[in-house]
Amino acid sequence: MDINLTLIGQAIAFVVFVLFCMKFVWPPLNKVIEDRQKTIADGLAASERAEKDLENARATAEEELKAAKQQAAEIIDQAKKRAAKLLDDETSRGHAEREKIIASGYTEVEAERVRVREELRQKVAALAIAGAEKIIERELDAEKQSDIVEKLVAEL
Amino acid sequence: MATNGTLTSTDYIKHHLDPLQVGEGFWAINIDSLGISVVLGFFFIWLFARVAKKANAGVPGKLQCFVEMIFDFVHTTVKDSFRAKSKLIAPLALTIFVWVVLMNTMKLIPVDFLPVIAGTLGLLFAGDKVKGYVGSDATWVERAMDHPWSYIKAAPTTDLNTTVALALGVFILIIYYSVKHKGLGGFIKELTLNPFNHWLLIPFNLVLEVVALVAKPLSLSLRLFGNMYAGELIFILIAMIGIWQLPLHFPWAVFHILVILLQAFIFMMLSIVYLSMASEKH
Repeated sequence: MDINLTLIGQAIAFVVFVLFCMKFVWPPLNKVIEDRQKTIADGLAASERAEKDLENARATAEEELKAAKQQAAEIIDQAKKRAAKLLDDETSRGHAEREKIIASGYTEVEAERVRVREELRQKVAALAIAGAEKIIERELDAEKQSDIVEKLVAEL
Repeated sequence: MATNGTLTSTDYIKHHLDPLQVGEGFWAINIDSLGISVVLGFFFIWLFARVAKKANAGVPGKLQCFVEMIFDFVHTTVKDSFRAKSKLIAPLALTIFVWVVLMNTMKLIPVDFLPVIAGTLGLLFAGDKVKGYVGSDATWVERAMDHPWSYIKAAPTTDLNTTVALALGVFILIIYYSVKHKGLGGFIKELTLNPFNHWLLIPFNLVLEVVALVAKPLSLSLRLFGNMYAGELIFILIAMIGIWQLPLHFPWAVFHILVILLQAFIFMMLSIVYLSMASEKH
C-alpha cells in the first residue's frame, strides 16, 4: 500500500490516454454528434416549413373554392335571370304576333267580305238587268212572261 | 473461498491486499495495477476510436448509441461546469470517467478468480518460484495461492498509486490553468494575499492556500482509493465465510455497481470543477 514507481507509470499512462482521447476519440465523436444535431435541426425546420406550406395551400384552396362557389352562384343567377327575361320577351313577342295575325285575319276577312259583296251586287245588278230584259220580252208573249219569272226565281 | 490448511484468515486477507510487485522499495512496480489499467485504457481508446471512425451522422448502431450516450453525458457535464474554452478538459473528463469506470468494474470479478488463475499459470510456467508455505500435498487451489503470481489484484483503483497518479495529473493541470488564466503573478497573489489582503498576513495566507490547493488532489485520490479499497475489503471478508458468500456477494456486488459509477463520476466532476475554479478570473 505504499507509493512506488507504479505512480509514475500510471501517470505516464494517464497522460498518454488523455492525449489519445484528445486526438482520436473526442474530435471525430464531436463532429459526428454535431453533424447529426445539424441534420436533425434541418429536418425539423424542413418539416415545419412543409407544414406551413401545407397550411398555406389549404387556405388558398379554401379561398379558391369559395370564390368558385360564388362565381358559380353568380353564373346560375345570371342564367336564371336571362332565362326569365327570354321567356318574358318570347311571351310578349308571341302575344304581339298573335295580335298581328288576328288583325291581319280580320282585315283579310273584311276585304273578302267587301269583294264578295261587290261581286254579289254586280251579279244582282246583272240579274236585274237580265230580268228586265226578260220582262221586256214578255210584253210580247205574256204566256212566256211567267216562264221567265219562274226561270229567274230558279236562277236565284 | 474458505480458508483452511496453513492459510489463516489474516494471511488470506493480506494475500488479497498485497499487490503483485517486482522490485524493492520505491523502485517497485505493481505489475497488476499498472498492467490491468494500461490494458483497460487501451481498450477504452480502441473501442471509442473504432466507434468514432465508423460513426456517421445517420442512424447510429447500438454500440455507437452507447458511446455517444457516454460522450454526451460527459460533454454536458463539462459544458455546464467549465466556463472557459479548452480543448483539453472534455477529453480529459471523458478519459477519467471511462477509465475509472473500467478500472472500478474489475472489482466485480470475484476476488479469488484472478489469483487462482494467475497462480495456476505460475505453477505451470514458473513452478520453482513457490513460496513453500504449503506442501505439495495441499489442494490445487492452495498451491496456486501459494505462488507469488497469485498476488494479482483485479481492480487497479484499489491501488493508491493509480488514484494518486490520476489526481497528480489533475493537480498539474490545476496549476497550469491557474498560471495560464491568472498569470504567474496572479497565481502567486492568489496564494499569498487571500483571504487576508495584508502583507503581514502573507505567511498565514500562504499556509492556508497551499493546504487548500494540496487538499484538492489529496481528497480526489484518497476518496476514490478509500471507497474502492474498503469495498474490496468487504468483498474479501465476504469471500472468507464459505458457502454463505454466495447470497452475500451478490447484493454487495449489486450495491457496488452504484459505487463504481458514482466514484468515477465524482472523480470526473471534481476534476472539472477544480480546473474550472483554476481558470476563473477573480
